[in-house]
Amino acid sequence: MTYIAKPRLHHPSLACNALGYTRRDYEGRVSTLCAGCGHDSISAAIVRACWELAIEPHRVAKLSGIGCSSKTPDYFLSPSHGFNTVHGRMPSVLTGANLANRELLYLGVSGDGDSASIGIGQFVHAIRRGVNMVYIVENNGVYGLTKGQFSATADAGSVSKKGVVNTDAPLDLVGLALQLGASFVGRSFSGDKEQLVPLIKGAIAHRGAAILDVLSPCVTFNNHAGSTKSYDYVREHNDSINRLDFIEPRAEITVDYAPGELIEVTQHDGSLLRLRKLDAAYDPSDRVAAMNYLHERQAAGEIVTGLLYVDEGAQDLHAHLKTVATPLNTLDTAALCPGAAALDRINAALR
Amino acid sequence: MNPITAVNDFVVKFANVNGSGSASANELFAKAILRMGVPVSPRNIFPSNIQGLPTWYEVRVSEAGWLGRRGGVDLMVAMNPQTWDADLKEIEPGGYLFHDSTKPLPKSKFRDDVRVLAMPITQICNATYSDPRQRQIFKNIIYVGALAQLLGIETQVLETLIGEQYRNKPKLYEPNVHALRIGRDHAREHFSAAPIGLAVRRADAVGQRIFTDGNSAAALGCVYGGATVCAWYPITPSTSVVEAFDKYCGKFRTDAASGERRCAIVQAEDEIASIGMVVGAGWNGARAFTATSGPGVSLMTEFLGLAHFAEIPATVINVQRGGPSTGMPTRTQQADLIACAYASHGDTRHVLLLPQDPHECFEFAASALDLADRLQTPVFLMSDLDIGMNQRLCEPFAWDDARRLDRGKVMSAAELEAGKDFGRYKDVDGDGIPWRTWPGTHPSKGAYFTRGTSRDPYARYSERGADYVYNMQRLLRKFDTAKTLVPQPLSRKAARATAFGAIHFGSTAPAMDEAISTLEADGLALDTLRIRAFPFADSVAQFIAAHERVFVVEQNRDAQLRSMLINEFDIDPARLVPVLHYDGTPITARFIIAAIAGQLREAAPHLHPVEAVRA
Repeated sequence: MTYIAKPRLHHPSLACNALGYTRRDYEGRVSTLCAGCGHDSISAAIVRACWELAIEPHRVAKLSGIGCSSKTPDYFLSPSHGFNTVHGRMPSVLTGANLANRELLYLGVSGDGDSASIGIGQFVHAIRRGVNMVYIVENNGVYGLTKGQFSATADAGSVSKKGVVNTDAPLDLVGLALQLGASFVGRSFSGDKEQLVPLIKGAIAHRGAAILDVLSPCVTFNNHAGSTKSYDYVREHNDSINRLDFIEPRAEITVDYAPGELIEVTQHDGSLLRLRKLDAAYDPSDRVAAMNYLHERQAAGEIVTGLLYVDEGAQDLHAHLKTVATPLNTLDTAALCPGAAALDRINAALR
Repeated sequence: MNPITAVNDFVVKFANVNGSGSASANELFAKAILRMGVPVSPRNIFPSNIQGLPTWYEVRVSEAGWLGRRGGVDLMVAMNPQTWDADLKEIEPGGYLFHDSTKPLPKSKFRDDVRVLAMPITQICNATYSDPRQRQIFKNIIYVGALAQLLGIETQVLETLIGEQYRNKPKLYEPNVHALRIGRDHAREHFSAAPIGLAVRRADAVGQRIFTDGNSAAALGCVYGGATVCAWYPITPSTSVVEAFDKYCGKFRTDAASGERRCAIVQAEDEIASIGMVVGAGWNGARAFTATSGPGVSLMTEFLGLAHFAEIPATVINVQRGGPSTGMPTRTQQADLIACAYASHGDTRHVLLLPQDPHECFEFAASALDLADRLQTPVFLMSDLDIGMNQRLCEPFAWDDARRLDRGKVMSAAELEAGKDFGRYKDVDGDGIPWRTWPGTHPSKGAYFTRGTSRDPYARYSERGADYVYNMQRLLRKFDTAKTLVPQPLSRKAARATAFGAIHFGSTAPAMDEAISTLEADGLALDTLRIRAFPFADSVAQFIAAHERVFVVEQNRDAQLRSMLINEFDIDPARLVPVLHYDGTPITARFIIAAIAGQLREAAPHLHPVEAVRA
């Protein structure tokens, strides 16, 4: 619940994007999360990515489930319609919304409890279908809103604030997304905005299911020694495989790199993903290699971050269903109703 | 025992093994009688299985037009040895047993009071065909040919129907007609000397009515009603709704050149996702529906509460089957009334539409989509297996080309731009229905945050008691508005004034109509009211008030409609007498009469002494 209203006044020197909007136009209400919560950094990254891409804020639909992370759509993009749905069921609502109007940008925000436990089925099937969306999991390994129970992404051996050791094997949402056919898969860390913002921009420009697993420490219930989702732990074990530069279609490309240092991926809208390799052997267009790499590094105790996989030629659910280009919610009676004469013919065939 | 004699008024039951190809032959039999101008009402009685288990097809022939199940069998076509004993028992005294006599049966396997019509069908097939598949499949057509000869069904009518059936596969026409004639000729040769007492005679009792099933009718209603998003999960007996929707969309919603479709049909991973997609699409301004049955509704309840409270249009077609749990998945019931009317936690209420036949399935499905948008809430179309999966003679579908989709109170970008006040949960018109905006409408106005938590009239999160109560009261007002928009109940007055009434709904209607007619012929008068929607119109309370005793006839164990009437109108339960049929078979006029007639006679001396003497 937000009691404090944000002042609407802008500083005159605030920069404007191509649409004439300042970054403030992409903000939301004042966050009610704990001070230092990783989720607030992710909200800020979303604001920055949308502002930099000059997305019309009202052309975004932001959807979430239930939990701390699912509260965040209220804290960014106030001019967008938002929908705080049912616990674990954001993917189906987002899928339906996307079917109704394929022209909006669908941003799903969820948490590890919402997506990896109660909502694992919907997470899985929305990815399988190739719903055109940006799906961000704000992953902290813990149920924050109910005060500190382990979630399904908590690592075995991780210790809770109360001293309980988690014995269950963890779910790896990135590994799962790769296996399920997600066409844009990235992992990042709420504390690394330079990595996160370009990843969000790439995901927005991507057509298909774009999954971002963002480690986002819970400062209140999971930021202590013994936790594998704390700020310190993630920083120490972060194995960043590449640095992404997102280049819009209209931008001129000027920087030169030595061969082998760079991978360029052109997405369907003409935008360019330029990856500066931190690991020379890593190829983000190879799904199987990505899965292997992920498992190897995981076994070594590392958390792989960066753009793990991208398929620039991916098709989305609308292409699979062959729906018309016109948004279904704008079709009128004439386009939908076959009329009385057709009904007479049906009647005649049923006699 | 005298053999039964009847013209255009009897019951034929086919006992088959499922997966043997009998369904289309049996349908051919029923349709041929219909084409001769004689009403029929067939019913599939089938197991939850694909191959090898018993299945029955019961055809009631009734020139008088009674379309309910009658009960009892005059002619049994016993093609399934597994069910022989039970099938034999079901035949009325003086009835007939037609069977495959290839393998001789001892005399103990027959009844003295039933005439046996023996035909060595397997032997004939084996002699005629070498392909095992043909040997099996043509058995069915051969018995149809034989029955046509026995009952006087015109061969030409059958051959025309076969021609229509195989219009696109002309190669199949000749062999089917050939098999039909084998059966006919055999019967002519062996049974002509002693004709049976049952006969079909040409009549003119069908008129312009159509013969179709409720599930495809509901699907067609969704096409006409402008549904564009369908999310579903397979479940008997609702699956064919979506199959039919897909078929009709192929015909009416597909661009011939590009193959692009003006619809999206998604088979979800479960019913939770189905309703989630419907809610998402409804929130975003598309007309969306799902088709399911009881277990699916159970899974959907959390979402239904959200859609009720966050006020999102959703249409749910519930083709009811026997419950609870997995219950009797291939048998019919009307036992989800309470589960749907009050689905979800907290104080929730949902609109239910109660169709009696395929005609109303079509009409109400289209209306449900309008009502869902107008009322911004879930609307259920409460069909059942009896209506949904059986072909039923009904009034032809009707559509007025002047009709436009009613999208309800949706504020446009122009209205927002002009400065119209937008409070998503504010009652500005006094009918409890607020205005809404679709996502993406206006760059700076009209956006709001949808949530299942409480909020103020401007959609701002609020846990203030006054805000919550305002909203809950408004939802009640909205439900009151719904009363006037839903299909109104239909009453039928008895020829004489009576203190007795009967309330019924849905698939009970044909049995009820027949029961009333029979009771009236017996001098027992009963006014009836067929409820067609929930919330109940005020006229329902008036009907109850106008009668000393009202029978509430329904197909469930717990008298769910009666409970709802007591609950909604605060009626003295003693005035509502339950008449309950719930064994999974469709209710019959015989059952209703047996339940009611005694009580009518008993009370009659006090209420109507003259009639009591006559009764």
